[in-house]
Amino acid sequence: MPKRTDVKKILVLGAGPIVIGQACEFDYSGTQGCRALKQLGYEVVLHNSNPATIMTDPEFADRTYIEPLLPEFVERIIEKEKPDALLPTLGGQTALNLAVALSHSGVLAKHRVELIGASLEAIETAEDRDLFKQCMEKEGLLLPRSGYATSVADAVALGEQLGYPLVIRSSFTLGGQGSGIVRDRRALREAVRIGIAASPNGSIMIEECLVGWKEFELEVMRDRMDNVVIVCSIENFDPMGVHTGDSITVAPAQTLTDRCYQEMRDASLRIIRAIKIEAGGCNIQFGVHPDTGEMRIIEMNPRVSRSSALASKATGFPIAKIAAMLAVGLTLDEIPNDITRKTPACFEPSLDYCVVKIPRWAFEKFRRADRLLGTKMKSVGEVMAIGRTMPEAILKGWRSLEMGGDLLPGAASPEQLEELKMSLREPHPDRLRDLFRALAAGEAPSDLSVLTGIDPWFLNQMRRITSFDALLMDAGWDDALVREGKRLGFSDRHLAFRFGMTEPDVRARRKSAGIVPVMKAVDTCGAEFEAETPYFYSTYEEESEVPASTRPRVLILGSGPNRIGQGLEFDYCCVQAALELKSRGYDVLMCNSNPETVSTDYDVSTRLYFEPLTAEDVLNIVDVEQPIGVIVQLGGQTPLKLAKALHAAGVPLLGTPYDGLDLAENRGRFRDLVKELGLSQPESRIASTQEQAIEYAEQLGYPVLVRPSYVLGGRGMRIVYTRIELDDWLAREALVSEDEPVLIDKFLEGALEVDVDAVADGESVMLGAVMEHIEEAGVHSGDSTCVIPPFTLGDSVVHEVRESTAKLARALGVKGLMNVQFAVRHGEVFVLEANPRASRTVPFVSKAVGVPLARLAARVMVGERLSDIRPPEPDVSMVSVKKPVLPFSRFPGEDALLGPEMKSTGEVMGRDLDFGRALAKAHLGSGEPLPHAGNVCLSLRDDDKRAITFMAMKLVELGYGLVATRGTARFLKRNGIAVREVFKVHEGRPHVVDLMENGEIQLVLNTPLGRASEYDEKAIRERAVALGIPVITTVAGAIAAVSGMEALTRGPLGVTALQEAL
Amino acid sequence: MLALEDGRVFRGEGFGALTEMTGEVVFNTAMTGYQEVLSDPSYCGQILTFTYPLIGNYGVNADDMESERLRAQGLVCRDVCDTPSNYRSQGTLPDLLLEHGVPGITGVDTRALVRHLRERGTMRACLSTTRTEPDALIDLARSSPRMEGLALADVVTCVEPYWWNDTGPSEGEAVADRAKPLCVVFDFGVKYNILRRLRAEGFRVRVVPARTSVRDVLALGPDGVLLSNGPGDPEPLDFAIAAAREVAHAVPTLGICLGHQLLGLAFGARTSKFRFGHRGANHPVIDRRTGVVEVSSQNHGFMVDAETLPPGQFDLTHFSANDGTLEGMVHRTLPVLSCQYHPEAAPGPHDSRHWFRAFSKSVAARSGKKLVPLQVGAPR
Repeated sequence: MPKRTDVKKILVLGAGPIVIGQACEFDYSGTQGCRALKQLGYEVVLHNSNPATIMTDPEFADRTYIEPLLPEFVERIIEKEKPDALLPTLGGQTALNLAVALSHSGVLAKHRVELIGASLEAIETAEDRDLFKQCMEKEGLLLPRSGYATSVADAVALGEQLGYPLVIRSSFTLGGQGSGIVRDRRALREAVRIGIAASPNGSIMIEECLVGWKEFELEVMRDRMDNVVIVCSIENFDPMGVHTGDSITVAPAQTLTDRCYQEMRDASLRIIRAIKIEAGGCNIQFGVHPDTGEMRIIEMNPRVSRSSALASKATGFPIAKIAAMLAVGLTLDEIPNDITRKTPACFEPSLDYCVVKIPRWAFEKFRRADRLLGTKMKSVGEVMAIGRTMPEAILKGWRSLEMGGDLLPGAASPEQLEELKMSLREPHPDRLRDLFRALAAGEAPSDLSVLTGIDPWFLNQMRRITSFDALLMDAGWDDALVREGKRLGFSDRHLAFRFGMTEPDVRARRKSAGIVPVMKAVDTCGAEFEAETPYFYSTYEEESEVPASTRPRVLILGSGPNRIGQGLEFDYCCVQAALELKSRGYDVLMCNSNPETVSTDYDVSTRLYFEPLTAEDVLNIVDVEQPIGVIVQLGGQTPLKLAKALHAAGVPLLGTPYDGLDLAENRGRFRDLVKELGLSQPESRIASTQEQAIEYAEQLGYPVLVRPSYVLGGRGMRIVYTRIELDDWLAREALVSEDEPVLIDKFLEGALEVDVDAVADGESVMLGAVMEHIEEAGVHSGDSTCVIPPFTLGDSVVHEVRESTAKLARALGVKGLMNVQFAVRHGEVFVLEANPRASRTVPFVSKAVGVPLARLAARVMVGERLSDIRPPEPDVSMVSVKKPVLPFSRFPGEDALLGPEMKSTGEVMGRDLDFGRALAKAHLGSGEPLPHAGNVCLSLRDDDKRAITFMAMKLVELGYGLVATRGTARFLKRNGIAVREVFKVHEGRPHVVDLMENGEIQLVLNTPLGRASEYDEKAIRERAVALGIPVITTVAGAIAAVSGMEALTRGPLGVTALQEAL
Repeated sequence: MLALEDGRVFRGEGFGALTEMTGEVVFNTAMTGYQEVLSDPSYCGQILTFTYPLIGNYGVNADDMESERLRAQGLVCRDVCDTPSNYRSQGTLPDLLLEHGVPGITGVDTRALVRHLRERGTMRACLSTTRTEPDALIDLARSSPRMEGLALADVVTCVEPYWWNDTGPSEGEAVADRAKPLCVVFDFGVKYNILRRLRAEGFRVRVVPARTSVRDVLALGPDGVLLSNGPGDPEPLDFAIAAAREVAHAVPTLGICLGHQLLGLAFGARTSKFRFGHRGANHPVIDRRTGVVEVSSQNHGFMVDAETLPPGQFDLTHFSANDGTLEGMVHRTLPVLSCQYHPEAAPGPHDSRHWFRAFSKSVAARSGKKLVPLQVGAPR
């Protein structure tokens, strides 16, 4: 059937900010969807609040709205744009929930907007566990036994009936939030309380626990002719009990006979038909009993998902793109397979390699959080690796994590082994490492399987690795042995370690022995047909498939697994550069290991290399492709860290020369440069012993900012106010040594922080924007709310910032992007950091001012001059606010306090004509809306009280009530401001937290008072996070919030598309 | 070592039987079902390679045999598994190969092999687990028979007729079955799952050797006849073509794979050989009458040339969505169904079971006997 012509304009909903459980895989799916719909000739209206996404670049839709993803904003967009249809299946749970809300409120019917991709009925049947269960039972398919509870009493009764352990699930939530396994009645009561609160419909499901069963997923697509295909099967390495987002998974399924697999396939076909997904895709999860093969349906998602992104990358079958095409009426047999071009999409991809996905967690940043893995997702990113054997894929994945996995962990000692065996019983983030250590110590796969529930097949594959490593330990270099090791996936670095050689020596020696990898294509069809748009992975076999080309080649290094501090923003830069250079006649080679990204979509670059981002793997690509140069400045720290090895291997770096990178990274050299340029910098020292650190801190005078020398996202960074705090930090955080010195900076208290993103070509410098942070210096730039254009800085300061940026860019020889952070105190400008690379704010700035910075940078890097390019002038006629989104609600027990260590996972953008409205939108978008009315709780340290007086008056004037603890209350009363005084938590009841629980507090302004009341404040912040009450912890943030609240009283907020000329 | 007739050689590590075998090298793209494929008699005379690199992961078991023994001449794979895991597993694949005298090699760049076959076409080869002398093995490959013109039905067919009951082959017939309609199966190398599907549709199933005369078959009083799949070139099978012509005019007939080719030849069409064939479990077949696509299990190196079929006899119903090959046809006046691919799957999707249902319907319409399916097939 041809595409529909009764639909002309389609509204696509994005997934909003990156949060745990909903990350950049939805940028990948949304971008694909928008591109596909535009290519089919539809007018696309896109709504997403996340400025870091590629899909929100103005070129991917006809109208792009970076507005809060809330029903009222979608409605305003619908009123304004009058779309014919709404496609909600590409924007994760967020978009699906919005679609449900808009259907129920009658907005879609009123404006005659048709829901496409999945009907309301389909969404509700799939998402409501009760309806789903009924539907499955009608089909004769088995779900775990279960029941529903809307109260703790119900739950307990049900629990007795089903028997422990039990699984708690709440409906309509993402990443399994509000879900968990409970083993006894007490745990059940607690979990039910939280689960009911997290569930929008106030009910939760309690079910038979399938912990230890094998877990599988199938990606299914169906068109309106009722044709169904299975795109990919996925097997979880971790058995049931661990959220699939936290599980290591492999594709295709490895341990299913055809008979079992077909049984699962049959069930999938019945499910997608029964749920009535008429034209789209879904993901179905199955549990299989390891000893009997009994099968249970776990759940189905009527939309694209994290797993479908993985499946797309694992197979080369672009699920989101096809889902969009099916949604507008095309059928699978009408859609060509992009990769073969000759065969249709109505087939099931056949893989001739295996794929391993490994999650990456950020527990080092959330040290108080529970590290055990369960049904609630906790990981922040993932890697995928492709190999021709399972050991090869596991080892490539292991080193793709960039957590030292190019070395295998050593064997556990007998005492350690006992400990390991205890800890292996429960799933935790280091389980893969611990399994390696246990296997290396001689533990049998079968025994480990009993401990962990992991199928012995996987453990036997891992044992092939550890057994070979044992051989290496006793051997010297031997070509045959090395070849065998490379075929199993061992890194040069590990071989170097075992043979006592250096990594470059291993590389040279193996190359001279002819032990080099070949590049094989991912082609959806197991080489049955010729591939036109292939993507590649390396392996040690006979035949390489990279086509010859005459065009100049540029290799762009991506940013690897998402982590806090390095994510989507860098992928945005890589993709923009790739698209730009491709359009200018270059063959663009992309190397990345992250399956969630747009950069690993095979049609973004000329050739995609799905490979670990290590020096070895990148050099392999360089050897095969011989690019004119490598771009290391777009993917964040990951590629930048490789610059040294690439430079040493004689590989040309495009853009800023290596010396410039070193000059900026090397603290000593940079300090001298700043001095030379006549700029100021906070005084700093580098300490290589504990004593020195203490001495230097005294010299500089407290407070000081301390950090380990190599940091990402401010890891381990802290502001210390006293000697005691410094001792404490030294003891906990830093192993001070010559090799790993500690950096100590004078901390500029009360300073404003300013960020600049610029593009330079070695001579001229173009400033994208000057961003003013709302939070004062000391809060990590990634966690602070920032504003374009600056809203309090004077012209002379802005001018000085611009001048300093230009000076630094020239001095560092920047060719491409540069980000500089400044602190401004009493009108004096200090340079904090200059990074000659893309920053997290590049996409935000590009959208705020309408200048595609990354594309400009790409052109500069291949030799163009800004004076010839003549980029557009940055447009600051609108105010743009970027606000971080923090994951504290996922980590109970973690303090929701901002500091120099970055903790946010994503961001939203608020955009409007004035600051107040833009900020109010940013708050709405981030899920921490500023209240329209109600009570504001104030709890302030003495220094801040004066600053807050004016603000408190303003709040009263706007009609808000004030609540404060004793000190603050008395201060305000003295100043004639009406305030209700309440107890602190330890003073008696009702105290602050009671009021919060009772819904009497709508906003918390709490500036930390220091150690004395740490307990109280932590309790307040923790409850606020759990209850979803916004918390503001800085004076500057509070003042800004008040202007946002003032804006809210001025009437409803409008919507503006990026493409609209003002 | 695997030596191809065009001189290319692939090295690997041997497993299974210590021996040498020649045959036509073909590749299969299914990711599951290695045991079914290796025991499928249609692979007789062929050395098999799987595009999926990990083979043997879930072991082997007695129930997944598609005939009484492994039928492929040899197995070439990238990474064979000798530590399988599955609750149904009763042994390892290398042990099964050893037991059946089939050689295998592992560690081979099978993707390079497949690309080679894709470009040059399937070709003869010699697989040896005892020698690594390329020239001698290449000579053996070159002196082995070509698949074109090769009649293999006699090699794989049963010697004596047998009944197929609910558990497998049996000499006698269950009394309870007497009321059911009878389907006689010409065994040109039949896969057990065809017999299982017939049972599931409610048939009594009698399997007869390939050269059984039509008179003898009709003497059994069949309500339907199935012309089975099988190895080799259909063209030299004169006796079978003649039999196909005769039964098709006498009783409801279903031809599967080789059976389909025999029906094509019987009704005046020609058959030809592909460059590298269709072998896998992901082949889309479109029913031109309805536009419905099914994902099918396929294994055919030969095909009926659609344009050579005398017009007016068959409705050409099913075509490969990949390359337009004729995949199925229905006779306009006779109760004859003809399917080029494998509706019995094993391995592969169950999308195509409708062929068996259509067959049982045409039998019921003709004989007046009601068929009682044992189980509900795949939906649709």
